[in-house]
Amino acid sequence: MRLWRLIIKEIRLRRLNFALGIASVLVAVGVLTAQFTLLDAHDVRTGQILEKKQADTEAEMARMEDDYRKIMKKLGFNLLLLPEDQRLDDFYAQGFAARDMPEDYVDKLANSGIMTVRHLLPSIEQKIRWPEQGQRAIILAGTRGEVPLAHRDPLEPMMLAVPPGKAVLGHEIWDSLGLKVGNTITLLGRKFEVSRCQPERGTKDDVTIWIDLAEAQQLLGRPGRINAILALKCHCSGADAAQVRSDIAAILPGVQIREVASMVITRAEARDRAAVAAAQAIKAERAHRSHMRREREAFAAWLIPMVTLGAAVWIGLLALANVRERTGEIGILRALGLRSRQIMVVFLARALLMGLAGAVIGYGIGFAVGLLSGDLAADAQTAGALFKPGLLVLVLAAAPLLAALASWPPAMIAARQDPALVLREG
Amino acid sequence: MLDLNQVSKSYGGSNGSVRALDGVSLKVKAGEFVVVRGPSGCGKTTLLLTAGGLLAPDQGRVLVGERDVYGLSLEERARLRAETLGFVFQQFHLIPYLTVLENVLAPSLAARSDEAGARADELIARFNLSSRAGHVPAALSTGERQRTALARALLNRPKVLLADEPTGNLDPENASILLGHLAEFARAGGAVLLVTHADAAKEHADRIVQMQEGKIV
Repeated sequence: MRLWRLIIKEIRLRRLNFALGIASVLVAVGVLTAQFTLLDAHDVRTGQILEKKQADTEAEMARMEDDYRKIMKKLGFNLLLLPEDQRLDDFYAQGFAARDMPEDYVDKLANSGIMTVRHLLPSIEQKIRWPEQGQRAIILAGTRGEVPLAHRDPLEPMMLAVPPGKAVLGHEIWDSLGLKVGNTITLLGRKFEVSRCQPERGTKDDVTIWIDLAEAQQLLGRPGRINAILALKCHCSGADAAQVRSDIAAILPGVQIREVASMVITRAEARDRAAVAAAQAIKAERAHRSHMRREREAFAAWLIPMVTLGAAVWIGLLALANVRERTGEIGILRALGLRSRQIMVVFLARALLMGLAGAVIGYGIGFAVGLLSGDLAADAQTAGALFKPGLLVLVLAAAPLLAALASWPPAMIAARQDPALVLREG
Repeated sequence: MLDLNQVSKSYGGSNGSVRALDGVSLKVKAGEFVVVRGPSGCGKTTLLLTAGGLLAPDQGRVLVGERDVYGLSLEERARLRAETLGFVFQQFHLIPYLTVLENVLAPSLAARSDEAGARADELIARFNLSSRAGHVPAALSTGERQRTALARALLNRPKVLLADEPTGNLDPENASILLGHLAEFARAGGAVLLVTHADAAKEHADRIVQMQEGKIV
């Protein structure tokens, strides 16, 4: 007869003790497996969420990219042509160009046959003191309206010309001086009739007076000169601002070409902001999921050792009860010549079987609980993704080992039991 | 075969020490059936356990064959018990979840033998237990249990058989049968040391030793 037969038959006799031992291993392994499965499920779900957000963002960005292309095609760029010798720092600091360039530049451009420019607005601007109004500071702007392009059918003008003898007033000027359309103002010794009062814009336009370009050139002592050309709604099929600039530079090599705040740029900036916001949303989601995982890890780090310790203590107590119940049996086995080592094997093998059975059942239950409790679809594909052979091997090795370790002290007691004491007492 | 030489054994207790064996010397030769008689508490069981290598004496030596039992390591002593000694107890001490056959085979756990199965079948047949071979002890009569215990003791063909009140729980008929088997073992060349206070053992004994207060008188 082999020891295994003795062990198996004893287990069959004391099924309850063995089942209770299995139950404790099952709980410990089940909790461990469920926790690890939940963490894995969390990671998989996190990946899915982030992947979806990333895909959504990319789709949105692609849509915006398409919008951008269409807007470019329809709206074009706004370009500002400045004199070659105009310092940009002065331009941005003062709000207008102090240097000037020949007015016929705009005619040259209008007659060049350029296809990427749709509207041309030449102007001269200068900050002056208004002697007739107590030297208050204003900006005098001369404009001739939109210059027609020789090669294009006439377009609806984006800005109307100011007729000679007329003046258009910015909001601050007419509001503070109590002026209205039809009034006459005297500017630098010349009289102008107010033809329009502009609404409030919150820009330098509020302190600007627009008059005819030729009159302005005359008043400012700069006949035939302008200091800026606005080229509005420039466009090209490739939606490439560089192409438009290149076309203009080829015709007017002596000017600086700057892109000014256009709808396209604003839209592009909005798109960029959306991209940043999307990236931040992904980052926030990642941080949220990471925080949730840390919380679950912390819970598992507390729960698993507690349950494992509890199971070990319970197995130890069950093994001790088993030893006490089998005192007479141990005594006779020793009398029959079984060595201490064999007595230990009887108890430790029992514990190993208990641990193995508990590990197999506990893993199955724990995995099922983890699968069903997670926020993933509980199907075969998810189960396949969450199944970790390493964890199964770990619990199949560790649980029997843990059960054997917990049973070791009672097994030692059994092995060291004095058979004479048992046999003498009958 | 079995030689106890000036063996003493005391048990410590809260009320002082009790001298269970007091300089006992006893030899049992091969083929001899020795009965030790005496009243309860005279040290009979202590004598038997000491002879069987299960209870180390305070003084004296125990020889089985030429081997000093308590000069051996625990492992060697266990092997000596498995190969040379057989035990029969009043309470039978059968393993409750094993069948008769498995109980008889239990000594083979300690000393494996190729002939254990055949030997067990032979003993079961000899002791009229064939129809009960697949039963657990709870399903047996007391006589059958004791015969099972005796068959188990004989499985490894021991040289010495140590029996502690083996007839204590048996009716006269079964007691007689058991004593007959012990005598048969002795006739076959084995040494039997039987401790009892039953008169029936006298008929089978080659020698009767009387114990009183830990001494052979």
